[in-house]
Amino acid sequence: MSLNIIVCVKQVPHPEHFSRITLDPIRQTISREGIPAVINPLDLHALEEALRIREELSGKVTAISMGPPQARCALEEALAIGADDAVLLCDKSFAGADTLATAYSLACGIKKLGRFALILCGNETIDSATGQVGPQLAEFLGIPHVTSVIQIAFEQGSSLIVRQALEEGYMKVRVKLPAMLAVAKGINQPRLPTVWAIMEAGSKEMQIWGASDIGATQDMIGLEGSPTHVTGIFERDTTRRREILEGPPRQIAKKAVNRLHELIAT
Amino acid sequence: MNEVWVIAEQRLGKLMSVSLELLGKGTELARQLKVGLAAVLLGDKVRALSRQLVCYGADRVYLGEDPRLRLYQSEVYADLVAKLVDTHKPGIVLIGATSIGRDLAPRIAAKLKTGLTAHCVELRIVNEDTEKPQLVQVVPGWGGSLMVNIACPVRRPQIATVSPGVMTKCDWEEREGEIITLAVDVQQELRVETLEMVHEERTGAALEEAEVVVAGGWGLLSAGGFELVEELAKVLGGAVAGTRPAVDSGWIPEHRMVGQSGKTVSPKLFISVGASGAPQFTAGFLKAKVVLAIDQNPNAPIFDVADIGLVGDLCDILPCLVTELKETGLRI
Repeated sequence: MSLNIIVCVKQVPHPEHFSRITLDPIRQTISREGIPAVINPLDLHALEEALRIREELSGKVTAISMGPPQARCALEEALAIGADDAVLLCDKSFAGADTLATAYSLACGIKKLGRFALILCGNETIDSATGQVGPQLAEFLGIPHVTSVIQIAFEQGSSLIVRQALEEGYMKVRVKLPAMLAVAKGINQPRLPTVWAIMEAGSKEMQIWGASDIGATQDMIGLEGSPTHVTGIFERDTTRRREILEGPPRQIAKKAVNRLHELIAT
Repeated sequence: MNEVWVIAEQRLGKLMSVSLELLGKGTELARQLKVGLAAVLLGDKVRALSRQLVCYGADRVYLGEDPRLRLYQSEVYADLVAKLVDTHKPGIVLIGATSIGRDLAPRIAAKLKTGLTAHCVELRIVNEDTEKPQLVQVVPGWGGSLMVNIACPVRRPQIATVSPGVMTKCDWEEREGEIITLAVDVQQELRVETLEMVHEERTGAALEEAEVVVAGGWGLLSAGGFELVEELAKVLGGAVAGTRPAVDSGWIPEHRMVGQSGKTVSPKLFISVGASGAPQFTAGFLKAKVVLAIDQNPNAPIFDVADIGLVGDLCDILPCLVTELKETGLRI
């Protein structure tokens, strides 16, 4: 059995720099200027799972992303870790997409790629954390999906038995291929790129496709294709006391404990 | 006018608390819009749960029962709900952001080609007296203390997910509601089938019920890890939690994450250690009685949402705090 596996990755700001991200109140867009970007951490687990399946059953792993030109760095990293080839969906008309428009665009790109058995992605991204794109992508492609996947096992024939994590426990789910699986952290430990793989990555192919290359309908993509819009941004209303203590640790710890006694008693 | 709907969730014949919380919010929205509030309930032999849904606020329950609906089935559930929505055209659909709700909601929204907003912390109506009232869906946004309003101006329904613990359920009220039994036609061939649901009790104090929650963040990296947080929690008899970066660093399991995509907690005392205060994190403890924040960066936004803030090196402050707490024996 040889499988074509597609891994969806998203470039996100490094979590260490979250507090430096600002929203432009006029354009109502996110400014990530000067903030280092990484592959969304859970997407690395999706890539790892794809590579393990390829190693076991043979096949091909294609990484796909939608994003601005600099998102190619995330795909270069995916190639260095072990993906066979990569596709970046990049076009000004993709900008401002919500999860539905993003899922539609990815679905158009994946249709152009041709036959596949499995699509893997991280269960959610570290930036907006909606976890919506995977299932919505599956719906656009007309294939089944399972989220929060923590274990994948192949069955006889073309189906999988997967574990879907719940708040307390899990569900055992049988899913027929082709399918979309959104993986959770517990599924594996992602590998790091080896020096050899990084050198090899330079010779791998990365395609860059715009909206017309993938036959995307204009009113389904970008801001226009997004049913949800940001309509306002405001400061969070905080009613906390904000008593900030600075000074020698022992002194401020003592002061804080005294205040805690008072505040909790009231 | 179009109803407000809550997609209720049951597991092994028990209603999830978030469904009742959403009925609380739904009651408020429906009253403001002067429309009915309905719940959708799918399962096997779950008719008895309809009464709970009605007494917590639903005027009407759409009930779908079939042995094959006993466990959550993503394809069948999404098809049934999408078709029902298409028939009755509710204006608003609320879904609990549980692991199952988050699996279901995007599939429904994609079938209906409408908008979906995840992990809302507030929902309110604007333009309620016009032909097209809007649901303002508030989610914590990027950077500092910003909140983002999201609307779905044109397409209907407006779908939102809300995490457990965010909304408040109404008081139980003895009342009568209409139960509408759905004709359920489950396809014979399921491409995705839940075979079994295994319940596992979590070890350690449950976050949602703990009186004290101590949460650690990225800043602990330089402080040598999570042991300091665990010690502090131990001395207070509290539960240990963490931020998304702490989970991604492998310091704590995913089910101990506080924030927008994790748990929402309302303890008497919430202590944040080494977390800068990203809104996705701080959205998880808005309703804590007292918040103590400790971080080395005096400009960290975490201090804007704290009652008491301690600025300094975590390695110095935490041991002092533990010693001080042991000596005074703070009672929560």
